[in-house]
Amino acid sequence: MGLLSDPNRRRALISLLTRLNAPICVVCYMAGVAWFMGLAFEPFTLRTYMSENAMGSTMVEERFPAGERALATGREFSAHKKKTGGMPVDWLVKTMKDRGLEVFTQSFSRTLPFPDENKERYMVKGTNVYGILRAPRAPRTEALVLSAPCTPGDNNNQAVGLLLGLAQYFRNQIYWAKDIIFLVNEHDLIGMQAWLEGYHHTNTTGMDWSPLQGRAGSIQAALTLELSSDVVTSLDLVLEGLNGQLPNLDLANLFYAFCQKIGVLCTIQGKLQRNDWDSVSGYSHAVQTMMLMVMKQASGRPWGDHGLFLRYHIEAATVKGINSFRQYKTDATTIGRLLEGMYRKLNNLLERLHQSYFFYLMPSLSHFVSIGYYMPAFGLLAVILLLRALDLWVQLSTPPPRTEDGIAETEEVSSPSVLSVLTPLVISHLTGAALYTLPIHFQEMAVEHFPVSETEAVVLTAIAVYTAGLALPHNTHRLLSGEGTEQGWRVLKLVAVLYLAVLLGCTALINFSLGFILALNLVPVAAFITPHVPKVLSAFILVILSPAFTLLFSVFFYQELVEVPVSFQDGWMLYLSVISQGILDHSLYGSLVYPLIALLVYPCWLLFWNILFWK
Amino acid sequence: MTRQCGSESIENMAAHRCSSSAALVVLCYISFSVFIVANSQETKPTVENHATVVEDTQTDTETAEKSTEQPAVSVREWEATETEEETPDSSAPETGVSSSGPHPKDDFQEELVIRPLHSGDIYASFQFRTLWETDFLSGNKVSHYRLFPKSLGQVISKFSVRELHISFTQGYWRTMQWGQPFLPSPPGAELWVWFQDSVTDVDGTWKELTNVLSGIFCASLNFIDSTNTVQPSASFKPLGIGNVTDHRFLRYATLPREIVCTENLTPWKKLLPCGSKAGLAVLLKSEKLFHSSFHSQAVHIRPVCQDLQCKTTSWELRQTLNVVFDLHTSGQGKREWSLFKMFSRTLTEACPLASSSKIYIDITDNPEGEQFEVTPATPLLSQAVVLGDRRTFSVYDLTQQITFGTVRSLNLLIRWKSSEGDMLRPLLHAERYVAGYGLQTGEIHTLMYNNHPYRSFPVLLLESVPWYLRLYIHTLTVTSKGKDNKPSYIHYQPSKDRERPHLLEMLVQLPPNSATEVTVQFERALLKWTEYTPDPNHGFYVGSSVISSLVPSIVAMDTNSSQDRPLFSSFFPCKEESSYFMRVYTEPLLVNLPTPDFSMPYNVICLTCTVVAVGYGSLYNLLTRSFQIEEPSPGLAKRIANIIRKLRGVPPL
Repeated sequence: MGLLSDPNRRRALISLLTRLNAPICVVCYMAGVAWFMGLAFEPFTLRTYMSENAMGSTMVEERFPAGERALATGREFSAHKKKTGGMPVDWLVKTMKDRGLEVFTQSFSRTLPFPDENKERYMVKGTNVYGILRAPRAPRTEALVLSAPCTPGDNNNQAVGLLLGLAQYFRNQIYWAKDIIFLVNEHDLIGMQAWLEGYHHTNTTGMDWSPLQGRAGSIQAALTLELSSDVVTSLDLVLEGLNGQLPNLDLANLFYAFCQKIGVLCTIQGKLQRNDWDSVSGYSHAVQTMMLMVMKQASGRPWGDHGLFLRYHIEAATVKGINSFRQYKTDATTIGRLLEGMYRKLNNLLERLHQSYFFYLMPSLSHFVSIGYYMPAFGLLAVILLLRALDLWVQLSTPPPRTEDGIAETEEVSSPSVLSVLTPLVISHLTGAALYTLPIHFQEMAVEHFPVSETEAVVLTAIAVYTAGLALPHNTHRLLSGEGTEQGWRVLKLVAVLYLAVLLGCTALINFSLGFILALNLVPVAAFITPHVPKVLSAFILVILSPAFTLLFSVFFYQELVEVPVSFQDGWMLYLSVISQGILDHSLYGSLVYPLIALLVYPCWLLFWNILFWK
Repeated sequence: MTRQCGSESIENMAAHRCSSSAALVVLCYISFSVFIVANSQETKPTVENHATVVEDTQTDTETAEKSTEQPAVSVREWEATETEEETPDSSAPETGVSSSGPHPKDDFQEELVIRPLHSGDIYASFQFRTLWETDFLSGNKVSHYRLFPKSLGQVISKFSVRELHISFTQGYWRTMQWGQPFLPSPPGAELWVWFQDSVTDVDGTWKELTNVLSGIFCASLNFIDSTNTVQPSASFKPLGIGNVTDHRFLRYATLPREIVCTENLTPWKKLLPCGSKAGLAVLLKSEKLFHSSFHSQAVHIRPVCQDLQCKTTSWELRQTLNVVFDLHTSGQGKREWSLFKMFSRTLTEACPLASSSKIYIDITDNPEGEQFEVTPATPLLSQAVVLGDRRTFSVYDLTQQITFGTVRSLNLLIRWKSSEGDMLRPLLHAERYVAGYGLQTGEIHTLMYNNHPYRSFPVLLLESVPWYLRLYIHTLTVTSKGKDNKPSYIHYQPSKDRERPHLLEMLVQLPPNSATEVTVQFERALLKWTEYTPDPNHGFYVGSSVISSLVPSIVAMDTNSSQDRPLFSSFFPCKEESSYFMRVYTEPLLVNLPTPDFSMPYNVICLTCTVVAVGYGSLYNLLTRSFQIEEPSPGLAKRIANIIRKLRGVPPL
């Protein structure tokens, strides 16, 4: 700071920064990307370790014996499910009661804002069934949750069977210190949302649910089970929750520790862990795993039923059984023992899981990158914006050596420049607000006038508003301010760059992946757009790097990562459905990605579009 | 034979208190109902150390009227055999006095009630009662103790205690599955004490008393301080005789976090005259008692009337222990229970000091033996009205040798024949939870269910909330069936930070067949860093709320205080036939408060120090000062030149 107090040195530093601004920016960008890619390199990451003492040193024995019986229960459940054509509520209530649980049901209903074509549902009505195992001599203050979704078709029957089997086994044990809630939820996330809202008596999304009759205090941790085959080759752990929230890393550590102990293959993002980190393929494997996590986290949607627990500060994860063509199989008894072990250790918890990290990326299940390591990658990108802002500010405050004539000119235009900045800001935000509100409100009108379904109507309206936004602002900003000036666009750009920096910074703090992906695309635009660059080429680049195209690329990139490449046609269809899913996630579960993009990121991007066409 | 009754004093007090406002009338109504109408068991120690019961013939006739013929006959038979040995004349107090000499009479009774529950679980309730016809407080120092424990006697006289109720509970009573307990208690420790009106410094005495009790019961009662002590205005009225109802002399505190285990059981057992050496107390083995679903032990001390005229008082010490054994965790999968399976002991004798020693088995749901079968069978049946219901019990009298049979040990066996485990619909039950998410605000919901099909009744709700949950009392709502339900009486004492908790008492009328919801919002306070517990991420406890009520009874309640009744049905006596007193505790709450990350104080200190020392100072300088380049000081020649120019009136160089 002493450096800055000395005016001469300050001047020298500033002139250095302004003179070398562009090269420094390029270097920062390169360094940011390189840092990020380096995160997946194993020597740069940390091994996971159990931080929570209550789970670390205590030994538990797993004795769950009844895997076969659990599978038989699963088949019985499947038969009843087929017979009732939905959730076999009565059968579940009776079965849970027989196992000595306190059983309660909750009915809920929800009309979606527009039909969900992926899952083919519009007016959803369902019932959740849950049984509470009361811990002996515990005062109902703490609970753990084990849930399994009741999905249509032949999926997930084994999970319900295993859940009931575990319930029966757990009931006969004396060592429980926390109540255990066994939940079978219908209509996956919607049912889960209804149950959680009912349990905490909140209503954030306008769902109708009947109040819960039985509770068990504050929930400490939850696991969701997805299992669709009698034997599995590996178990996959899903961590990404709503708005990119992640459970405490100790939950992942716990899963990994028990997989190691019992000898079950375990994966994250469906990727096994490899030991050849020093080979190119080993490194690219780790990069793929990490990139998958980044993509999923950036999407802000819950990637399993556990995702909704995280809002309530309940550490939760989904355990998914995967059956591939591998030789080595794991039976239901072993999975049951694994879950038993995990629950016994969670039962030993004295406090909520808080010792380990909440912000991390995982290039493999045994390694993680903590927030301290990945934030510099984003910081290097964000610093570009600050450098550009500094450059602009210097340019504004000390105009280039001109005559007294130039100074007079700036003084003259400095008064209308406030208006000339405000106008584009307001207009672009109004466009953003239109993008946020119009698609759902105009679906009926669109369906009347065009031969499209409601879902298509919503998505196409969104795209139309988005495109219309490109045409609007650069024509209107002159209405009030008159002719734009050289000084005017600089002020506007300064505002826009700082706005973007704050926006991305806040986003990255909450959801690093989303912030980083947006920064990767928007920062180059923000850095180099001026009215004096070639219009057509720049406009093309600007559009390519806009939020909508970022999403499009992400869709294709994700498909590449999961090794299901799609043609452009399919990719486009997928893109449309992703948009509709994003809007639905927002209205059903309160995901913040859609409003963030529509209300803040898109208007910010429009400001740069505005600068390009400054006249 | 003497009789005890508190009716006189009750009448007087009723006249005195009912002169208050309309709302208070109902309060009185509830409070009086909990006054003791003393028991009618009495001792007759004709032989030293061997007290026996004299049964009242009046009881027989009454019981006979009420019960079916067969049980009545059995009871009568049993009474007949007993009265052969004893003097049947019930009005012969001289005999007792003469035999016991100048010593005040004392008496000990023990009792075990076993109730097979619908769920297949089993509920065992022990009650031990020591009665002593003495007065600790009349001035003359009591120094000779016989059956009454000296440690408690000294506590009573030293601290001028009028009534003392203390309970230690591990677990929560599951009303929906188990019905009502004979004696309710909240999870953790609960202590409430009425002091004599001669006590001047109640708070100081209370502080000392809790510390002494903490030592006696090996519990953390010394954690009771002003931040968790309240003075309920209506919910806790004296259960013994006495006419002081000024709640300045009452202190009530709970420690919901208290964990109850063997170290609390051992001192509790030591208070018994026979210890755990003989009588029912041999069953109290901690390895089995703490292998259960619910465990609760309590001590109640109160003054009761000595006779009908109630001229002198005697002190009653009731020690109760309730335990529920779980069918599933006991293994084997067989639906059968025996004393040995429950307690890993069998009974061989009664406590020799006990005047009465009985085991009751609740067979009300099993009139024809189709649900379960009890072996060995007993011909003795008894009926008692308890908790608004007339129950039938098989009675085993341990003072009779015949009870133990040829093997000289009693191992009761209950074998279930059918299996059913439906949820019950208790007339009154309650639950409580915290709504909302995040660490800033929240909402406490208390739900009270009245499952009576057509009767509404009033309940008194008491909530005591620690100061670090700052209640927004203006958000208090009470709704029943979707409509606003205005409480007829509200007593609210706001909290003071770090000094006293919130106290909220309300009298609410519960409409028939309804759920009444009381909600109040709160804000979570940020504590000072030394105020956090060692495990702050576990959360902070809020004690159970207490619901006291007069519940309409299905059968006519037994208001005849003179009647000889088993101990379990005589604790909360009733004044009216149509209703009975009931207290329900909700579950305690576990609330998370905003908690700093204590795991990295070093990082935090380093970072903040650096930021403050280096960053802040410089940045502040940069922002608040304007920098100008100062010309280097001019040379001597120039200065002289300037002086000359100044003299000449020309601008300087």
